[in-house]
Amino acid sequence: MTQPILSARGIVHNFGEGPSAVQVLKNIDIDILPAEVLLLVGPSGSGKTTLVHILGHLLRPTAGKITICGKSTETLDEDRLAELRLQHFGFIFQAHNLFPMLTATENVMVALDLMGVEKDVARVRAHELLGSVGLGHRVDAFPSELSIGQKQRVAIARALAADPEILIADEPTAALDSENGLKAMELLQALARHSRRAVVIVTHDFRIFQFANRVLHLEDGRIVDKPPESSHTFGAGSAS
Amino acid sequence: MSGDDTLYALKSRTESASAAASKGARMTLLIAWRNLVHDRIRFAITLTGIAFSTILMGIQLGMLLNFVHTISTVVDHAGADLWITAEGVPSVDLATPLQERRRFQAMSVEGVAAAEPYMLHFGFLKRPDGVRQIVIVIGIDPDATMGLPFAMVDGPSAQEALAEPDGAVIDRLYADKLGIRTLGETVEINSHRIRVVGFTDGIRTFTQAPYVFMSLAKARSFFYAPDNDIAYVLVRVAEGYKPEAVAAALSARMSEVEVLTAGQLAWRSQYYWLVTTGAGITLVSSTLLALLVGVVIVAQTLYASTMDRLPEYAVIRAMGGPRSYLYRIIVQQAVLGGVFGAAIGLAVIAVVVVFTRHLSSAPEVPLWLAFGIVAATIAMCVTASIGSIGKVMTIDPVKVFR
Repeated sequence: MTQPILSARGIVHNFGEGPSAVQVLKNIDIDILPAEVLLLVGPSGSGKTTLVHILGHLLRPTAGKITICGKSTETLDEDRLAELRLQHFGFIFQAHNLFPMLTATENVMVALDLMGVEKDVARVRAHELLGSVGLGHRVDAFPSELSIGQKQRVAIARALAADPEILIADEPTAALDSENGLKAMELLQALARHSRRAVVIVTHDFRIFQFANRVLHLEDGRIVDKPPESSHTFGAGSAS
Repeated sequence: MSGDDTLYALKSRTESASAAASKGARMTLLIAWRNLVHDRIRFAITLTGIAFSTILMGIQLGMLLNFVHTISTVVDHAGADLWITAEGVPSVDLATPLQERRRFQAMSVEGVAAAEPYMLHFGFLKRPDGVRQIVIVIGIDPDATMGLPFAMVDGPSAQEALAEPDGAVIDRLYADKLGIRTLGETVEINSHRIRVVGFTDGIRTFTQAPYVFMSLAKARSFFYAPDNDIAYVLVRVAEGYKPEAVAAALSARMSEVEVLTAGQLAWRSQYYWLVTTGAGITLVSSTLLALLVGVVIVAQTLYASTMDRLPEYAVIRAMGGPRSYLYRIIVQQAVLGGVFGAAIGLAVIAVVVVFTRHLSSAPEVPLWLAFGIVAATIAMCVTASIGSIGKVMTIDPVKVFR
């Protein structure tokens, strides 16, 4: 059986304290496997964003335990968690959040710089990464000179800079038209398949369900059984 | 990746990442620079603010330095090791009479190589056009070796000038003010005629009363002073003797006088004019105000720039970048602003110094002060970044998902 990259058990999260506390995640268990595209879907307020924060170690759960490759991250302090994110996670944000005054190459180089990669090496690596997402011809473009789809690809290249095991994407297709949305998903799917990294996507976009290996539905802070109009497992490829 | 190999592997990887992130930061300077210049208008405002602050600081401190030097200029350039004064003289310009017998007493003290009389008295100069101007008359023996007008630029030597009948020496900075156009012209001081036979260059006055050098005998006659009245005795210490030791010996020998080293009299004069009168405090206050203005302007523009970049900074935090990475960006941005703003400010100060060097009051900005101003400007900019750093400290990386 495939060993999960990340396992979360009994994840509970409250916002606030005491009687006014609101429980947004209720005893969630989840495994993230290599080479899979996992979608987290659910209505607003279902807790999917909070869950992805916790899975990405941006937020500590109120209760529960997360292990990465079988080892708990519970005792790591803030600095260690930041280092953990740097080494094991790549994040793709809905708004891309590229530095507007840096070129595509330089935006990717920032992520490499955080890893301590020498500038010249980082530049070559950034060009490779941009080439791998189909932006080899736009390496010196500033974000203002790129289309939304191209910005998204720069963000993906930046997320890949540290060669992370897990990519976490927040609504990666929300700002894209159908064509660019499908291209972005094809890219993420290819990254999962060929590099055996897990891609976890928070989305409302039903168009991208076809790319998923698994879809987890959240409602009221719980993972619920699949609704009748969709299924948990798709034929895009099973996680091996 | 599989199995149990990973926590230790993970730990070692993250530790090396930590070290890399803290020592790396090769991109922070680029980000800082681009942050600074990305918005051209804000960049211009920032540089203007910093340059303004630098100019204000430079001019104020330059004026202060000029005042300090001007106040004690006759002491600093007299060539005397010790000054014997009447008790309680607050400043070299505010002399009270001293009997010349003190000079003879001084000469009998071991370690005194020379003791010469020096007279200093305020007087009224009447210009050829009838306008009256207050002056400070300094009387020295023409054969004196101390206290002579220094920096002679026109006319005979100082001794020859003082030896001429009715001869006097003034500084050419004040020639217009005293109604003198060329050497040889005459004016009156206390109704006595003098003829300007020599010009000095750069003997400024702090009191707005220009110095007029003449022979001791002439000065005494102008003020109807008794033959044995002088203002100071200037002492040169013999080789091998320490001025402080000779000063102590002189003090022990003479009562009702003070024996001061040149440095002590210079400091006393500077303290009197700059501290007691409040003139120096005003200049220092203006300098501090300039610093404050600079801090406010830089802090505002830096904070606005930081606020603009918060989403990107949050991304860096989310990616696992340490806070120190962000601090470095902000501090480097502040330092870059400081360096460029100070450079502009110094250029303006240099122009001001060049164009005011022939005025009676001009800022003095030696190299050490220029470096000090640059350092103060950079320190000011870094101080101004504290607010932005405080903001970055509160960045929550999860916000980038919203």
